[in-house]
Amino acid sequence: MAIQKVVGSFEAAVADIPDGAWLMIDGFAGPGGTPQNLIAALRDHGAKDLTIISNTAGLASVIGFGTVPGDRPIDIGVLVDNQQVKKVIASFPVSPSPSRPTSFEKAYKAGKVELEVVPQGTLAERIRAGGAGIPAFYTPTGAGTMMAEGREVREFEGREHLLEHALKADFALLRGHRADAIGNVVYRGTSRNFNAVMATAAEVTVLEVDEIVELGDLDPEGIHTPGIFVDRVVRIP
Amino acid sequence: MTQERLDREIIAMRVARELQDGDVVNLGLGIPTLCSQFVPEGRTVVYHAENGVLNYGPMAEEGEEDADLTNAGGQFLAWVPGMAFFSSAESFAMIRGGHIDVSVLGALQVSERGDLANWMLPQRGIGNVGGAMDLAAGAKRTIVAMEHVDKTGAPKIVRECDFPLTGKGCVSLIVTDIAVLEITLGGLVLKETAPGWTPEEIQAETEPTLVIAPDLQEIVL
Repeated sequence: MAIQKVVGSFEAAVADIPDGAWLMIDGFAGPGGTPQNLIAALRDHGAKDLTIISNTAGLASVIGFGTVPGDRPIDIGVLVDNQQVKKVIASFPVSPSPSRPTSFEKAYKAGKVELEVVPQGTLAERIRAGGAGIPAFYTPTGAGTMMAEGREVREFEGREHLLEHALKADFALLRGHRADAIGNVVYRGTSRNFNAVMATAAEVTVLEVDEIVELGDLDPEGIHTPGIFVDRVVRIP
Repeated sequence: MTQERLDREIIAMRVARELQDGDVVNLGLGIPTLCSQFVPEGRTVVYHAENGVLNYGPMAEEGEEDADLTNAGGQFLAWVPGMAFFSSAESFAMIRGGHIDVSVLGALQVSERGDLANWMLPQRGIGNVGGAMDLAAGAKRTIVAMEHVDKTGAPKIVRECDFPLTGKGCVSLIVTDIAVLEITLGGLVLKETAPGWTPEEIQAETEPTLVIAPDLQEIVL
């Protein structure tokens, strides 16, 4: 792991993502926390057959979820449109309104992409487990539902639990607020969402940030993602 | 008295009466979101949103919208003292670890034993589970706020849910546009009726057999 994490361009930061890669990409559902520049760079880079782990499969660009009036955000829908996506693992994959389908829903119904729906807390915990070296865990979430299909069920304290396996990725594409050159990161407001946990679970973690600050400018008591989890940081111009 | 269906605000107002001083509450999309406007005076409720904010306050003023400060429904929040931000993993540790007192959710169907179906319409073939299964499994109390019947007039309170389940036996109270019903070991109890509705009329729109509460009353707001 290099000590200096700053990379000069979004293009360089995604240049080694191969076809078939597993990616974690942040975004709760709106643009807050979504690495829009890295997504655009990945679209231009063109890697195909991607498996994307994300909370949604691209919503903001279609329904304006969490989008400040007048903004036109980019989300992973552009990767679906560009036929780079093989599979999405998400909790909120489609538009809440069936009359306004996203690129992903159209591609899914046409049989062009696969989907694994995961309860949001199970998704976060599978990623956390992936980053923490825990191969699997039991949770009551989803017991007695479709989510139990194909899963080991075990009773604890008189209640059914499902065995859920950790998730890891080759690359995580994330959005931070401030970072220093050794990759310590602070997020802003509710944009932290999946960023902080995804940062821990990928072989190569890449963040775009508003600002790169001098060492010592970030309060060590308030670091959200310590630099050990971060490989590349690109400043948003 | 004329017989009317209560509007969404009135349903939310009735649910809000269930929220106690100091409760940590997570409000789902739709009618549940409206509940925060109607919390009785003198009670302070702490709101949790699963995208990673606790103790949020009012919505942002027009022109003050910030993409980095929303609730889980994508509504813009105002910056207020006392808020805390955290990651999705920590947010769901709050939910799954039993730290949320009340979850208010919408529903497609609820069974007489409190099974909840609220994430997928089978005919769409794809759905958004979001945090609903975690809330159903982890919140101390789950209240459903919904219309009593669907758009075709079919009961949404059923013997067995035929839509995909969100959780089993998780719902304890249902507030609809015509009734308040409690799920108990002794059955589905009709507690309150909307003005002008008889228990027989509510039964006609409900699939399982209702147990009439001895203290049945008109809905209290």
